[in-house]
Amino acid sequence: MRRYFGRKLFIYALTFIVAVTINWMVPRFMPGDPVLRMLTRTSVSNPDAIAPMRAYYEKVFGLDVPLWKQYLNYWAELFQGNMGVSVWLFPTPVTDVITGAVPYTLALLLPSILLSWWAGNKVGALAARRKWLDNSVLPASYVLTATPYMWLGILLAWSLGLVAGLFPIAGGYSFDRQPTWSAAFLADLLAHWILPFLSLFLVAFGGWAIGMRNLIIYELEADYASYLEALGAPRRLVRRYAFRNALLPQLTGLALQLGVIVAGALVTEIVFGYPGLGSLILNAITNQDYFLLQGVFLFIVLGVLIANFAIDVVYVLVDPRTRIGMQGGSA
Amino acid sequence: MIDSTILAEAEAGHLPLAESKTREALHYALRNRKVVGGLAVVLAFLALGLAAPLFTDHGPNDFVGPPAAPPSGDYWLGTTTFGQDVFLQFANGIRSTFLVGFLGGGLAALIGMTVGFVAGYRGGLVDELLNMLTNVVLVLPALVVLIIFHAYVGVTSVPMQALFIGAFSWPWVARAVRAQTLSLRTREFVDLARLSGMRTTAIIRREIAPNMSSYLVMTFILLFGGAVLFAATLDFIGLGPTDVVSLGLMMNSAVRWSALHLGLWWWFVPPGAGITAIVGSLYIMNVGLDEVFNPKLREE
Amino acid sequence: MALQVKDLRVYYRTLRGDVQALDGATFTLADGEIMGLAGESGCGKSTLGKSLIRLDARMRLVGGSVELDGDILPIGDDEAMRPLRFTKVSLIPQYAMSALNPTRKIGKLIAELLRSRGFDYGRFRPELIRRLELVGLGREVLDNYPIELSGGMKQRVVMVLSTLLDPGLLIADELTSALDVSTQRAVAEALVEFRDRRFVGSIIVITHDISLVYQIADTIMVMYAGKLAEKAPAETIVTAPRHPYTQLLLSSLPEVGVRYSDRKLTGIPGRPPTLLKPPGGCRFRDRCPLAYDKCREEPPFTEVAADHLVACWKAM
Repeated sequence: MRRYFGRKLFIYALTFIVAVTINWMVPRFMPGDPVLRMLTRTSVSNPDAIAPMRAYYEKVFGLDVPLWKQYLNYWAELFQGNMGVSVWLFPTPVTDVITGAVPYTLALLLPSILLSWWAGNKVGALAARRKWLDNSVLPASYVLTATPYMWLGILLAWSLGLVAGLFPIAGGYSFDRQPTWSAAFLADLLAHWILPFLSLFLVAFGGWAIGMRNLIIYELEADYASYLEALGAPRRLVRRYAFRNALLPQLTGLALQLGVIVAGALVTEIVFGYPGLGSLILNAITNQDYFLLQGVFLFIVLGVLIANFAIDVVYVLVDPRTRIGMQGGSA
Repeated sequence: MIDSTILAEAEAGHLPLAESKTREALHYALRNRKVVGGLAVVLAFLALGLAAPLFTDHGPNDFVGPPAAPPSGDYWLGTTTFGQDVFLQFANGIRSTFLVGFLGGGLAALIGMTVGFVAGYRGGLVDELLNMLTNVVLVLPALVVLIIFHAYVGVTSVPMQALFIGAFSWPWVARAVRAQTLSLRTREFVDLARLSGMRTTAIIRREIAPNMSSYLVMTFILLFGGAVLFAATLDFIGLGPTDVVSLGLMMNSAVRWSALHLGLWWWFVPPGAGITAIVGSLYIMNVGLDEVFNPKLREE
Repeated sequence: MALQVKDLRVYYRTLRGDVQALDGATFTLADGEIMGLAGESGCGKSTLGKSLIRLDARMRLVGGSVELDGDILPIGDDEAMRPLRFTKVSLIPQYAMSALNPTRKIGKLIAELLRSRGFDYGRFRPELIRRLELVGLGREVLDNYPIELSGGMKQRVVMVLSTLLDPGLLIADELTSALDVSTQRAVAEALVEFRDRRFVGSIIVITHDISLVYQIADTIMVMYAGKLAEKAPAETIVTAPRHPYTQLLLSSLPEVGVRYSDRKLTGIPGRPPTLLKPPGGCRFRDRCPLAYDKCREEPPFTEVAADHLVACWKAM
């Protein structure tokens, strides 16, 4: 068990190091020095407040500091929670800007991932055993999974938001409101949340439904299913076992799809102007706020790694074969 | 998996086995509704993308028509807020779509299969290292990495975009190919080839790969579709090539210039619909091909 | 329990037509009889065995009847058979080693299976443990996952589970194909013990290994190309077979102590006929050294001596 998790953590640590290194290295490949240019531009408008940014810059990009020291400084600053100061929302530190946006992105990602996975699995399993359901769910799911996330977002925004006027399509909450713990505000939050959530949910749902349907059909042909049927077990029992067993590869699939779903969430936020990490990225790009962009990148990578690890833990708990394989089976 | 009559014929010396397998696959493929239907849709779009721009005298970004006009006889998909021909943009966008899908999917297929084969066949340290590489690239969320690259380095052409996409889409292929190679490696015909002194690359090319050819075809189709979706996402954020028209870029422009609020549905519905149709048809083709290659599923 | 099979025909549906895998089987099995069912691949023995308990999706009951203990066995009706499976007719499948759900502990699997059939697991548990110990497995096996057991252990668990409800008829399909020789012996002996202790009534042991089944069977039935060739007490089949196919089959067996530089090991030249559109008359005719023109007419499966049935004109 320790070896299994050890290997996984090693890969995740390695990945994080690669991500940080990419973050630090890529600006160097740019012609000229855009970061310096950005700083010079800003210093013209805010000469005094530029000092912390300048200091940060010198440490990790500076010309008089040797390259390896720059790299280590970058790590040192990172561990102190310093990712520089945002240019776009000057003088807010990057970490603060990000932590303001993360709750919105999580509010979209967590429910949509969990619900679409669960619902997709259930419906896929149902489709595997009822022909009429199969004939409607399957084609619909193929269409859904082939749909680009942002296009579905656009369609929903236009149809349900503008034409039908049912939901707002911009922002996290109405611009004329102030965040409070009132029911009205929460309802407002919810109204702004529904369409982006629905968009994410539907596309992901299609993929899971198709996968589960195929897995169930495969499981129902397995030897253990045939044996149970030969022993007169009711359909119910066989289906229950098949479903349980099919969840395992679906769980692995979830880990594999995380990157795709996160990407989907980012573009969906852009469509709806939802104030999460996606909109943050867009703003960072538009305003050439490189510190912010790098910060968001690292945050997302960290989040994905944590989610992967969580799924690894769940998988071990759910599949006895991995648990026993690691402890060394008895003969 | 082989038709017993074809097997009998082959044994009687009439047909080389590999050829007959391809013949048989083709025979069933052309009779499978999903394969034929999916392929027809994809080819129709391809034809549209190739042909349409040849028959018009203006470019996709030229300001030719009345601004924000709905579809009409002159402009089949209407015009943008600037009076550009949406249909022409759409057709040109299809070109980029196919190009990036083919190049990006092809590159990912090449990398994934190479890594998978070598890792599965060689084993040992090579396998360990390649596995590490695969796992790292797998876990890294590709879009954000590409955002970082694009933001700094910039993407000026579709082939370059395809290069980036291909460089990040291969890990699942490597894993699957490795698993299959591992199982094939221990088969007798490979041992025979090894004993006769064939080089590793030759063994992979002549003994192992043909046994996985059906799987490789289906994998390429999936990668093609994936690359198309990926490119559309990048283009939509504004991190794709801006000198050529692409479907994602069309949606980006539409949203930026308030097409939603102005109700210019002909500007933002067709691009996404085109992508959905192409990628969806590819997926359906894949399901059909699965039936062709796995006779067990054929008897419906 | 006495089993009576009359003219059983089961075909496989394929795109190119029906494969006539089992084409008219008629025989009886006495209570407590162990019958070995032997023949080469594709002769129909597995089809016969499977059809007595559960027709799979491609199989089609074309004709014939089966009676177990005087009651008709509704093998064509899947739902009607369900209550009879496990209780009256049971199966030890060919794939016994992968027959257990890998993600369930064995004890839990058995408990859930019994409960789903309306039986009280608690009531059966002591007997279950007793039988497991009989085949050399301790009660801790119930707390194991299948992956923790060796192939032979899983085989024995399946043996015990399949016979837990004391079925009148047990079908053992290729029981020992995947096992090493010593385990084969242990499993075969356990099967006989189950019959002796009345855990099961009659057993049909499907095999392609006559030499093994000879050790435990009371009678042996040989099949060829979907038809029954010969049925006789095990001793008779091995020492005095009457059907040319059985004779050739036995003579093509390697013998311990015989060197093949002295006497060549011969197989039976040729191939079984295709069952898609089988030839008329005796199906062994093309490979039979004794064939003559009467063989163009299909020989009936008739009794030529006490408890000895043959389908061959020359043998009658």
